[in-house]
Amino acid sequence: MKKLNKLFWALAAPVAAILFTLIFVSIILLIKGANPLSTFQLIASYGSQSDNIVAELNQTVAYYLAGVAAAIGFKMLLFNIGIDGQYRLAIFIAAVVGGATHLPSYLEVPLIIFTGMVVGALWASISGYLKVKRNISEVISNIMLNTIASGLITYLLQPSRLGLKGKSSDNLSTPMIPNSGWMPTFHIFGGELYSFGIVAIIVGVLYWIVLNKSVFGFNLRATGMSFRAARASGVNAPRMVFITMAISGAIAGLTAMGELLSHTHTYSLAFPTGYALTGLALALLGRSNPIGIAVAAFFWSFLEQAAPALDLNGVPKEIVMMMQGTIILATVTAYEIVKRITRRQQQRLVGAADAPRVEAGQKGDK
Amino acid sequence: MSTLKGNRLWKIITSPSRMMLTVAAVIILISLVRQFTGVDDITSPGAAGATIRFTIPILMAGLGGLWAERSGVINIGLEGMMILGTWFGAWFGYLYGPWVGILAGAIGGAIAGLLHAVLTVRVGIDQAVSGLAINLLGAGTARFLSGVFFIGAGGDVNISPQVKSIGTFTVPGLSPFLTTLGQKHILVLSDISGVMAGLITKINWGSLVMILALPITAWILWKTRFGLRMRFCGENPVAAESLGVNVYRTRFIALAVSGGLAGLGGAYISIISTGNYLEGQTAGRGYIGLAAVIFGNWTPAGVLGGSVLFGLTDALRVRQSTSVHALLLVVIVLAALYGVTKVRKKDWKGFITGILIAVLVLAYYMINKTVPDEFVTFFPNLTTILVLAFLSQRLRPPAMAGAPYRKGEEG
Repeated sequence: MKKLNKLFWALAAPVAAILFTLIFVSIILLIKGANPLSTFQLIASYGSQSDNIVAELNQTVAYYLAGVAAAIGFKMLLFNIGIDGQYRLAIFIAAVVGGATHLPSYLEVPLIIFTGMVVGALWASISGYLKVKRNISEVISNIMLNTIASGLITYLLQPSRLGLKGKSSDNLSTPMIPNSGWMPTFHIFGGELYSFGIVAIIVGVLYWIVLNKSVFGFNLRATGMSFRAARASGVNAPRMVFITMAISGAIAGLTAMGELLSHTHTYSLAFPTGYALTGLALALLGRSNPIGIAVAAFFWSFLEQAAPALDLNGVPKEIVMMMQGTIILATVTAYEIVKRITRRQQQRLVGAADAPRVEAGQKGDK
Repeated sequence: MSTLKGNRLWKIITSPSRMMLTVAAVIILISLVRQFTGVDDITSPGAAGATIRFTIPILMAGLGGLWAERSGVINIGLEGMMILGTWFGAWFGYLYGPWVGILAGAIGGAIAGLLHAVLTVRVGIDQAVSGLAINLLGAGTARFLSGVFFIGAGGDVNISPQVKSIGTFTVPGLSPFLTTLGQKHILVLSDISGVMAGLITKINWGSLVMILALPITAWILWKTRFGLRMRFCGENPVAAESLGVNVYRTRFIALAVSGGLAGLGGAYISIISTGNYLEGQTAGRGYIGLAAVIFGNWTPAGVLGGSVLFGLTDALRVRQSTSVHALLLVVIVLAALYGVTKVRKKDWKGFITGILIAVLVLAYYMINKTVPDEFVTFFPNLTTILVLAFLSQRLRPPAMAGAPYRKGEEG
């Protein structure tokens, strides 16, 4: 019974958040003159078409890694909004390195992946350093670093520097990665599933093991829960903050790596921005739990894949952006409220246990 | 107190008497640079006018950030609030004229500010999460509304119909005199008159009105009871509450004003800078406003300084890329001076840093003829990172800005 109660409250928040978002969107749809039910049906059927499912799974992998990167930060109360800059700089440099080397496949692919992780970690550790040594909020420094990363990439992507001009279009991109640096795809459901998904699964498993079963993970969670207490018990807390930021950046560097290795084989400005917000939203939705994030990531990419269906129904697909913003706010709000309700429940339980003693104080307490 | 003693740079920047001296020194320096490089555009009336146009949106966002952070809430949602300001400003400006548009922009921003207040102050969710989600919501809402309203009215999904322009204002007599004096290339004198001419020629009435937000903010923050309470809430909300200040209400008001100011900045962009709403036209100015707050050390005058610096680089980039290149000389001189002043205190690390930066920038200056546009774009962000990295000991943010606070729970 107690366990059931706990499970109920754990699920209540995300369910409430999604319900709230659906109601909010329904209202907008009604204002727009569209039937919400048929629109949702359309989204559901469009999103579960077999070729869309594969695209969703590929997108899920990218979102999942962004989500894990954010979740690692969350364990330390770090808010890594720099995932965007970290991932784009990482993929960009990885593509440049991949395009410039011609190694056998078993070296080339790991080299590209490793480069991405290192670049992501280095870029993230700038804000980690500023946080630890200068006590600067990682949110502010990362927002600034995101813009700097964008500027650096556009600068370096010019044809006279590291980039090339496309043959057919004016799009700038890095040189093509040779065949040996391509990762295979699985042909299923009439689509091509990136094999990079395996890396995402490994990351998820490692994330869980390291966090829950290792000394390092214990120290990390301890520092996140109480910086001072961890420090007092001998954990080098500032160092933990720095390392966490770097690891978060390294995983951010893997985001969209599947796209690079199995699909585009070159970096261009077509790689989207906004992974940071998505990653943070997914980590929040999934409560930083590796499986929770995966479910949230699939849900998220399902929605995005189905967005064009909205246009068919006369609803601007931009509504998805509003929906995402609403989901984030609704989720966090719901968790906060649930946290307060369960705390009050616990307090009541404790209060009932020693009722005689507390009784006197209760009047004034309320 | 010992940190205050080593506070030379900030003392120079912040104390009024020395500030005059610094401003004078900078003017002479820029004048010399202009004379030396022959890039006359730096101090031309045109550049000064453009600087004003680029500065005001940043200043508005910066003041918005200042209100929020002084009351103890970090407002990362400034960008989203600005976007709402551009949209509401353009749409209501189109329907009812530019002044109504400006008001509507402020209201649009203020609504988002209140949402931020409800979520962070009342519900108590993380301030960064709320701010970022508001940015997403602001962009999404503007896009959605554009699709609904603009298409029938002669606009499109990402562009609004044209708003009537607000009149401009020129000081008669003085303006042509200063303009001609500015063209004489006399050291210092021409520079000052050139800039002055820019400040009094064809100034938009909207600019004049919005600039008033700066003295009003400074007055409220430091001369009124409400301002004192607001700063109190930012420094120590628990103590403030115990002394009878209503922290929640103060923060609600501060955030509404914060959003309103950001909305004003947005309305300025859409109504005055371009004359219509264009998707993405805020281009991260909300974040640059946030940077101006940090650069300005959480003071109104400092926010102005940061906004002018960032606005100036924006303006020069748009007008003439060689100007930015010429300004590198100013950076070189300042970095070298920073290094030299460190010698007296035997701070060899500081000395080497200053000289090294000066030498590196000088090398860059000699090798290249221009500064790439991409670098100028992120100049404000880079400056902020550098200021945070090198001057963080001298920065004094409100102590409890960003910290969660619940009424009745100890902080």
